[in-house]
Amino acid sequence: MNWAGLYTVLSGVNRHSTAIGRIWLSVIFIFRIMVLVVAAESVWGDEKSAFTCNTQQPGCNSVCYDHFFPISHIRLWALQLILVTTPALLVAMHVAYQQHQEKKLLVLTGHGDPKHMEEVKKHKMRISGSLWWTYVCSVVFRLLFEAVFMYIFYMLYPGYQMVRLVKCEAYPCPNIVDCFISRPTEKTIFTVFMLVTSSICIVLNMAELVYLVVRACARRSQHNSNPSSGKGSFYGHKLSSEYKQNEINQLLTEQDGSLKDMLRRNPGLQDKGDRCSAC
Amino acid sequence: MDWGSLQAVLGGVNKHSTSIGKIWLTVLFIFRIMILVVAAERVWGDEQQDFVCNTLQPGCRNVCYDHFFPISHIRLWALQLIFVSTPALLVAMHVAYTRHEKKRRFRNGEKIDIEELKNEKIHIRGALWWTYTSSIFFRLVFEAVFMYVFYYMYDGYQMPRLVKCDAWPCPNVVDCFVSRPTEKTTFTIFMLAVSGICITLNLAELCYLVMKICTKDSKKTP
Repeated sequence: MNWAGLYTVLSGVNRHSTAIGRIWLSVIFIFRIMVLVVAAESVWGDEKSAFTCNTQQPGCNSVCYDHFFPISHIRLWALQLILVTTPALLVAMHVAYQQHQEKKLLVLTGHGDPKHMEEVKKHKMRISGSLWWTYVCSVVFRLLFEAVFMYIFYMLYPGYQMVRLVKCEAYPCPNIVDCFISRPTEKTIFTVFMLVTSSICIVLNMAELVYLVVRACARRSQHNSNPSSGKGSFYGHKLSSEYKQNEINQLLTEQDGSLKDMLRRNPGLQDKGDRCSAC
Repeated sequence: MDWGSLQAVLGGVNKHSTSIGKIWLTVLFIFRIMILVVAAERVWGDEQQDFVCNTLQPGCRNVCYDHFFPISHIRLWALQLIFVSTPALLVAMHVAYTRHEKKRRFRNGEKIDIEELKNEKIHIRGALWWTYTSSIFFRLVFEAVFMYVFYYMYDGYQMPRLVKCDAWPCPNVVDCFVSRPTEKTTFTIFMLAVSGICITLNLAELCYLVMKICTKDSKKTP
C-alpha cells in the first residue's frame, strides 16, 4: 500500500463527488502528494545526516536534531494527506451500501439479471438524503484535519521558516552549540508551497460545503413549491413505470423483512423527493 | 503518486489534443520527464554530500551550499514539469463536462448511443477552443517563468567548478567545490534546449488553433 494504492482507492470516490470535489482531489494528488513524492522527500532526505553541530561531543548531534525536529515535515505531511483524504471513504462506503440495497431490490422485483446489476454499479449516485449528510460530514472532517495540521505545523515550526542555524544546549552538548541545518532555503520554499496548496484545498472544501448547502436548500424550496415533481432514485423511478405500488407491497410481504423495513422507512420510494433535512 | 501516474492521467488528455499537442506531450514525457528520472536525478544525487569546502569549520559547508543552491535544479525541473503539464487537465475537465451534458440529454430522451459517446473525439471548437487555447497559454507562461527563475538563480545556466563563500560561520573567504559541474552543465543545457522546443511547439499549436478558427469563420461568411 503506497500513494498509488491510495490513488486507486480514491479515484473510485471521484465519480460520486461534486465538480468541486473532483478539483479538490486533483489538487491533492498532483500538487501535494506528487510534489511530496518527487521533490520534497529528496529535499528532506539527508536532514539528519547533514545536520552538523560545531562540537565533537558524541550524542550532541542526535540530541539537538531530536530537540529541534520532534517530527519531520515529511512525516507530518504524509499523515496530513492520509487523514485528509480518508473521509472520502465514508462516502464510498455509503455509496456501496446504497448500491447493495438497490441490487437487493432489483433481485426481489425480478430484475436480477447481470445487465441491471452492471447498471447499478455504473450509475452516478445523486447526493441527496442521507448521502448528503455523509458527504457533508466528510467535507467537514477534511476541513478539520487540514486546520489541525496547519496549527500543528505552526506550533512545531513557528513562522514556517527554516533557519540556517539553531543554538542548542541540551545534554550532552557541553555549552551552547551552533548547529547548522541542511538546505534551509529549499525547505522553506517547499514548506510555503505546501502551505499554499493546503490553503487552496481549505478554500475548495469551504466552497464545496457552501455549494452543497445552497443546492440542498434550492431543491427543498423547489420541492415545496412543486411537490408532485419529486424525482425518485434511479431504480425507484424506473420500477414505478413498470410495477404498481400494490405489486411491490405483495412481493415485500413475501420476502426479506429487512428490505420491507427499508421501504417502510421510505414509503415513497418510487417518488422519493430530494429531501433536505438540513433546511 | 509519481511520474507514471501523471502519465496515466495525461494520456487520457492526449485523445482530444491536436497533432502538435500530441507531439508536445511525447517530447515532455520522453525527453524531459524520462531524462529527469533516469539520468538527471543521479547526476544531482550527491550534490550536497560531495560539495566540499576548504575548511574544517563545522557548518560552513551547509551554509555555503544553501547560499549557492537555494533550490536544486532537480526540484525546479520537477515543479516546472508538474506546472507545465497540469493545464492539460483543464481540457480534460471540460471534455468530461461536455460528455456529462450529452449523457444528461440522453437520459432526458434524446437518442444518443452511449458507446459512441465514450469513443467519439470531441472537436475543438466553441468553449472548448477557448479552454484549450487558455491551457496552451498557461503552459507557455509557466515555461517562460521557470526559465527565467533558472537564469536568475544560477546566473546563466552554467555550473562553475569553484565558488567562493564567506557566509558565517566560514572564517574567511572559503573555496568550495561543486560536484560534477560539467555533467550538470550538459544536462542543464539539454533540459533548456528541450524546454525551448516545447515552447516552440506550444507557439506553433497556438498559431494553428487561431488559424483554424479564422479559416472556419471565413468559410462560414461567404
